[in-house]
Amino acid sequence: MATLELDVAEEAITQPARKGRKLGVLFWAAIGWLVFVFAVAIFANILPLSSPTDMDMLERRAPFSTEHWLGTDGLGRDELSRLIHGARISLVVGLCAPVIGLVFGGALGMLAGYFRGRFESLVVGSMDVLLAFPPLILALAVTAYLGQSIFNLTLILGLLSVPAFMRVARASTLTLARREFVIAAQALGATHARILLRELLPNVMLPLLAFFLLGVAVIIVVEGSLSFLGLGVPPPISSWGSMIGEGRESLEVAPRLAFLPAAAMFLTVLAFNLVGDTLRALTDPRQGAL
Amino acid sequence: MTDKVLLSVEDVQVDLPTPRGNLRAVDRVNLTVGAGQTLGVVGESGCGKTMLSRAILQLLPKKAKLSGRVMFDGQDLLALSPEKLRKLRGRSLAIVFQDPMTSLNPVLTIGTQLIETLQEHLELDDAAATRRSVELLAAVGIPAPEQRLAQYPHQLSGGMRQRVAIAIALSCEPKLLIADEPTTALDVTIQAQILDLLAREQRRRHMAMIIITHDLGVVAGRTDEVAVMYAGRVVERAPTPALFKKMRMPYTEALLAALPRLDAAPHTPLPAISGRPPDPTRPLPGCSFSPRCRYAVARCQTEKPALTEAESREHLYACFHPIEVHAGASA
Repeated sequence: MATLELDVAEEAITQPARKGRKLGVLFWAAIGWLVFVFAVAIFANILPLSSPTDMDMLERRAPFSTEHWLGTDGLGRDELSRLIHGARISLVVGLCAPVIGLVFGGALGMLAGYFRGRFESLVVGSMDVLLAFPPLILALAVTAYLGQSIFNLTLILGLLSVPAFMRVARASTLTLARREFVIAAQALGATHARILLRELLPNVMLPLLAFFLLGVAVIIVVEGSLSFLGLGVPPPISSWGSMIGEGRESLEVAPRLAFLPAAAMFLTVLAFNLVGDTLRALTDPRQGAL
Repeated sequence: MTDKVLLSVEDVQVDLPTPRGNLRAVDRVNLTVGAGQTLGVVGESGCGKTMLSRAILQLLPKKAKLSGRVMFDGQDLLALSPEKLRKLRGRSLAIVFQDPMTSLNPVLTIGTQLIETLQEHLELDDAAATRRSVELLAAVGIPAPEQRLAQYPHQLSGGMRQRVAIAIALSCEPKLLIADEPTTALDVTIQAQILDLLAREQRRRHMAMIIITHDLGVVAGRTDEVAVMYAGRVVERAPTPALFKKMRMPYTEALLAALPRLDAAPHTPLPAISGRPPDPTRPLPGCSFSPRCRYAVARCQTEKPALTEAESREHLYACFHPIEVHAGASA
């Protein structure tokens, strides 16, 4: 460092070599799977698929055929079509619920970690209450009062994910707020809002986003569990969880009815985790600094 | 010293509540800095130098209690509203911190950090702010400033980062710059460069500066006045030439003796100051340096010496047995 500094004028400006780290086959496979799942979910209405809710009682549990690529389920509905429409539900709920958690939990956590004091005690206390409340009971209660719908399901899962995001945001804000650059920003006349949004948020965002992808994976599984228990989306709408639940009845006759949606969920959750981990390691500009 | 007074710190006292009792970090300190002048604040770790600088900027920890008066440019900073104070910071009062590794935001580019500070205080559009940022980076000796704007702090070396921190501090042409140990975290070869840079920019902008350091060598050629702090108090204050010619306080002498000398024979042991500073939560009744002072007598342990004038009005010291007396005895 010292020798470089002495002849500053000649110091070559080396543009940082773009991190040419190998991402690996696994990462690209995961990305490929996610792109595929998103694409079919988005274009589900345009794709030449039979309706996911039309029943054909003569073709119950039909095997793979050119007409029904993945066969039909116990009520003669096209399995492939139900899987694709189920992907929509899983992705919408799996993405929207963590967004609720990210926005509210992140904001609460940052404010609590930055301002400390009584506000922090209040936030942490109320989150502890929320964490102590059994999530299934809450889901049951809300669906009982507000009815079963995708919106309500998303809302419940989002609410349940708020405490976790709050904790992540508060923990990183606590350590960051003591760093000198925050005091430096104050010394330069920055407002609280500016410090929170411009100095702290970009730093807190990295762990939050990594946690977000993890959250997506967890929420897809939780949504599946709730739908499996019949607390998720109302029938006849398909979701991967409810499909596994329906497939359970015919496990001996046609195990694929439970295994196909389970495999779809497994692959998607795994892909989200893989991508989340790789992106976090890749986009962390602090690893070079500290 | 005939310049008009820019900053005057009057009887400033900072108390920090700790689990072990009240900690008096700064104890009735009086200082003045004239416009365009440089004041050096010297003392070992934990003697209240940083707390004093935070007190001037009003950036003390929330629990700290501050009393006294800090007059800056005719305004009492303690009485200002938070909004007015915020506008003053960065605009007229700026600070450079010790460690450029932590005083820059790791996830924002140099350009973002500079431009945002500029736009916070000056009404500049993006193009003008960018142009000014480039000028500032060039002024602090950063080559190819245009490319640097897009870089992150971790892509720069420590010296470069400190230059960027200085550029940010200088961005709004402050009237007073506080440099809180600006070279402690840097390589020795960079230290002189950074100090020269600070001195050059100070002259060019005619701003006042406070250099806080534990190194008497740093303040020697670069300050107009030096205040030596020990255990939260100013124990000696004098114009720099007078201080180095005729220091009165045994602590100042001990600090100077602890500097390594180039002309000393190899393997000469450094005369370190034995012992440690007193526990700030349990103030001593007498002179706080007395347990470590080689001139201390019984009176030093029971009575606190006041800051008194030496032969000139500008040279103040707090000691019952200023060095002159001993020097005379030993000669």
